[in-house]
Amino acid sequence: MLNKYRWYEYVLIYAGLAVFLTFVLAPFVEAFVVSLRPLSSLFSVPYKFITDEMSFDAYFTMWENVPLLWMYMLNSFFIATVITVLGLFCIIPAAYAFSRFEFPARNTLLGLFIAVNMFSGAVLIIPLFRLMQQYGLLNTYFAMIAPGTAFVIPTGIWLLRSYLVRIPKELEEAAWVDGAGRIYTLVRVIIPVALPGIVVVSITAFITAYAQQFIYALTFNSVNELNPLPVGLFQFFGRQEVVWNELMAASLVGILPVLIVYVFLQKYIVAGLTAGAVKE
Amino acid sequence: MAVAKTERDYFPYMLLIPASAVMIAIVAYPLYETFRLSFTNTTLSQNYEYVGLDNYEKIMSRRFPEVIARTFYWMSLSVALKMLIGTVGAVLLNAAVPGRVLFRVLVMPPWVIPIAIGVFIWGWMYNGQFGMISGMAQRIGLIDGPFEFLAYKNSAFYSTIVTDVWIGVPMVTLYLLAAMQSIPKDLYEAAWVDGASRMYRFRRITLPLIIPSIATMALLSAIATFNSFDIIWILTEGGPRNATTTMIIDTYKTAISRFKYGEGAARTVMIVMFLGCFTLVYFLLLNRLAKRSPHNAK
Repeated sequence: MLNKYRWYEYVLIYAGLAVFLTFVLAPFVEAFVVSLRPLSSLFSVPYKFITDEMSFDAYFTMWENVPLLWMYMLNSFFIATVITVLGLFCIIPAAYAFSRFEFPARNTLLGLFIAVNMFSGAVLIIPLFRLMQQYGLLNTYFAMIAPGTAFVIPTGIWLLRSYLVRIPKELEEAAWVDGAGRIYTLVRVIIPVALPGIVVVSITAFITAYAQQFIYALTFNSVNELNPLPVGLFQFFGRQEVVWNELMAASLVGILPVLIVYVFLQKYIVAGLTAGAVKE
Repeated sequence: MAVAKTERDYFPYMLLIPASAVMIAIVAYPLYETFRLSFTNTTLSQNYEYVGLDNYEKIMSRRFPEVIARTFYWMSLSVALKMLIGTVGAVLLNAAVPGRVLFRVLVMPPWVIPIAIGVFIWGWMYNGQFGMISGMAQRIGLIDGPFEFLAYKNSAFYSTIVTDVWIGVPMVTLYLLAAMQSIPKDLYEAAWVDGASRMYRFRRITLPLIIPSIATMALLSAIATFNSFDIIWILTEGGPRNATTTMIIDTYKTAISRFKYGEGAARTVMIVMFLGCFTLVYFLLLNRLAKRSPHNAK
């Protein structure tokens, strides 16, 4: 048969997969093991992967040693959520315009939006820093939310546009014939039909926003209470005596929400990631 | 459009207002501002003068050319490794073996978690005294004593690349996997009926059909790597002795750590010029691909 492998081919494939997945997952396993080991055994030489006295202690003590840990996590969530909502508010009408209407400069404008993807926050950090300073926006949530929003919009437009072009035009035409306004048509006809596409865009935007908070928070914010998780933990990382087991425990707890979201919605995420890839 | 009015239709432009407003405020205006600042001697104070091309002369005469070369070396090596590992990974995950659904799920975590947190874990693993890599290497006898990976110029350079590859590989893998799965099955069946071996089918069907995806991904990946900040900043802050200082890191240090906004802006303008070239190549590539297969253009 076409997909039948011989035994040595199975061995080769599984061996290859084992090496590949070890590279991808080893850091997580190591982080988990470290979070279970008491500090004294962490700093023991020679290196041991497994030690005797493993416990979940670090998961309890970290809340005392990193008193703002809850805040950091909530901040990360809050920032990513607001970015997603604001992003959708910009993405949906824009994607609708690009997928449905013929207008001069359409392709140029779409190209410009896509080109924004080629920049990162790091490129714009100087003028943004000065602008925020000038308007007294440093050390606010806004300073971390605004740049994040700008960088989820291009991908979102691209993803949603490719979804919207597949929705039959007759749907809107029927609504117009019935006398519905155009905004009404978008909100009550198009958005409900496009919901699966919007879900993909939202998840992609949320994960991007959750993953890329570091540089804005590091640069624009110095109020610890407002810090998202990566920057909150970075302060501990930078110290001379890093409490590694607690840092690893806190990191793992911090990535747990996205991993849970990922496990349940991975189909959508992979779709969102690869939609533009195959058919562009 | 079916119900188009005879007058000029402003509705699509209205739809673009929110997105455009954000782009102008957060991207376009700051870009212009960067360009303007690059001709000034702006520092912390609000007063500044226009100094012409001084900033550019300054950076070109100092060690900046070296930083540019290092950035390109860092980027090329990282992208090459990502593409190589990603392609092999996609081929493996594309194999119809039991468990493949689970394996595909397991690939993604480095991409979905916050970059900074993945880097914290690598920071621990690179630790010389107690870290896993140094510890393991000692156990198998590769090195005699503890080795502090981030303390030496060469090892720090390659360590940051390994971490960057780790973060970038899942996306490349899943992107290429999707490209492979979009190849019609009948092509393989026809070749199989003709007695083509597995290797032959890969070389003559899979590879030619995913080459465009590989090229596209390599470019996107190059752009992302060029922009990379978190990994190097967390692991080494550009050190030791600037061994991992890329253009982005150098700009950040100049502008944000040392408050030399004018000089930093000149560096940014150079970065934007390079990114502009990448973007141009990317669009040309997309254009060519769209022309080659018109039914795929949308």
